[in-house]
Amino acid sequence: MEIIYVYTRKRSEFGRPCSFSDRPATVNVDIPPDPSMARDFILRNPVDSSVQHTSDMSEHEVNTERVEVESRGVNHVEGGWPKDINPQEMEQTIRFRKKVEKDENYINTIMHLGTLMEHCVKQNNAINIYEEYFEEEEMAEGEDGPPSAKTINVISKLTPFFDVLLSKRDPNVIKRTATHLSWHPDTCRKLAVAYSSLEFQQNAKDMSFDSYIWDLENSNRPELVLKPSSPLVSLEYNPKDSHVLVGGCYNGQMAYWDTRKGGLPVEVSTVEVSHRDPVYGAIWLQSKTGTECFSASTDGQVLWWDIRKLAEPTESLVLDITRKGFLENALGAISLEFEPTMPTKFMVGTEQGIIISCNRKAKTPPEKISSTYSSHVGPVYALARNPFYPKVFLSVGDWTARIWSEETKESPIMWTKCHLSYLTDGCWSTMRPSVFFTTRSDGTLDVWDFLFKQNDPSLSLKVCNEPLSSLRLQDNGCIVGCGSKLGTVTLLEISSGLCTLQRNEKTLATAMFERETKREKILEARHREMRLKERAKSEGQATEVEETFPEDPQEVLDRTRQEFFEVIEAEMRRRTRAEA
Amino acid sequence: AEVEETLKRIQAHKGVIATMVVNAEGIPIRTTLDNSTTVQYAGLLHQLTMKARSTVRDIDPQNDLTFLRIRSKKHEIMIAPDKEYLLIVVQNPCE
Repeated sequence: MEIIYVYTRKRSEFGRPCSFSDRPATVNVDIPPDPSMARDFILRNPVDSSVQHTSDMSEHEVNTERVEVESRGVNHVEGGWPKDINPQEMEQTIRFRKKVEKDENYINTIMHLGTLMEHCVKQNNAINIYEEYFEEEEMAEGEDGPPSAKTINVISKLTPFFDVLLSKRDPNVIKRTATHLSWHPDTCRKLAVAYSSLEFQQNAKDMSFDSYIWDLENSNRPELVLKPSSPLVSLEYNPKDSHVLVGGCYNGQMAYWDTRKGGLPVEVSTVEVSHRDPVYGAIWLQSKTGTECFSASTDGQVLWWDIRKLAEPTESLVLDITRKGFLENALGAISLEFEPTMPTKFMVGTEQGIIISCNRKAKTPPEKISSTYSSHVGPVYALARNPFYPKVFLSVGDWTARIWSEETKESPIMWTKCHLSYLTDGCWSTMRPSVFFTTRSDGTLDVWDFLFKQNDPSLSLKVCNEPLSSLRLQDNGCIVGCGSKLGTVTLLEISSGLCTLQRNEKTLATAMFERETKREKILEARHREMRLKERAKSEGQATEVEETFPEDPQEVLDRTRQEFFEVIEAEMRRRTRAEA
Repeated sequence: AEVEETLKRIQAHKGVIATMVVNAEGIPIRTTLDNSTTVQYAGLLHQLTMKARSTVRDIDPQNDLTFLRIRSKKHEIMIAPDKEYLLIVVQNPCE
């Protein structure tokens, strides 16, 4: 029932001060109980009532504020001189010194200390107490225990860094994905991370374009901020010159930096000749000048550049697998792979799931594409050659990671099971030939040891709750850095069991790869045979098809039963004959 | 004169890089290094010796610091403390 109370007031009376007055309560509505409704009342017996007797608990979390430390130097100036002596004056100080030296106490003390000191100095010269005396007795390396990994550092972009610069605007809270990681080639203490937002058209207006170089000692502030004109999707250190980095931008341009010159790019490629889509792969090439690199993007092109002249690419290749060079048919490239030991070949992983292996030295552009492997259902997010066996490479995409051998093009030689989430990146271990790492979009890092166990990863670590987008192993094989969708880079140190070479590992791994390759080759040959037979049959005898009508399963069953009993009886007869 | 001899003898030993005598206020009296390095060593090692001595005496009041050796990757710093003076020798142990 609705109770409506209406207040009315004349317009001319608006704004008049209210004069409140008291009046006794008046009954507005009176709803008497309705006895007829009592019939619908159902008494409930028994009544369920829950009682709980537990102590009240409350949950609290405490986290200390992260302290920002900064290194500062202190200059130590001379002090301690008595008041009347000016330390800068040579004469005064010399006079003071001479005075002290005449003091008898001084002489005695120095004699005493001198003998003491001489004793120790001679001791040092006589024997080196830190020498390794029992080297031969080192024990053999045993099992290092279950594989494990520890997080050694988490680098997340902290907003306070921006407070200083943008004190009037909101601090930068828009998180960008860490799309690419590159370790510094020599020191391995520095990490360059490219940040960009790969969501389609999600770029907010004030999203920062910067990418950072972090020094592991100081994870609060980046060592250097790289400021491109558009966010970087991929970033690589030059393996020959550790001050130079090349980066591929979201808008398709290529830029290169020199860390000695600061955060602005030294040169940027011109927009007209660059890619039309984000540059997903940028890798340095082995060349005498150390200035050549190549890049690939989803617009279907692979371009070669010389960074001294980024105004135009030196070479280009259109990823059209029909080998006609049409840009419309081209497949978009998502990952690029190059192994310095095989400088003329490289591989491109495409969005359509096909891996294209190309030969740079081919004479005509159509011949550059040497072979294709149709690998995944979705984009091939990562391609990596095994550092020990260059013919074997790993491709990561959709829900599996697959290992291929260059010789078998139809199917991978080994593959992992289908996971529940997408696999986003992968790489081989630089120390052990059968170990590789993969990251998933549920934030897990998997370490697979294919010699040991092929069904499951040897180690599966939940790094964070958001998807992991990139993975990079440091050259020494022990530290792996993974970047996540919200821009957090986590560094993990894996246990030594997973990064030291076991005794027979190389031979076992070689044997395993060869065995699998052989198996695949045999299967391929068999498939080919069967296909040829099918074709021959269907071409030649179209009439004979009716004769081989499918057999009734019951007949097959009877036939097999009969054969079985015949075999048994023959065997029994043979035995009785032998006994007799 | 004997002081001179002693110090010269110490300096002449194999591997000895520098010898210094510093007084209780941190003023270098005798040194074989340049002034700025000496001042640095004097200031820092004086404090360290004080700390080491107080540590030893805290643990056992009857005890006292007689000698302090700091071995680092590059060389060894040996400090012979006294009430008033410090004798500091930097040596490179042969290895």
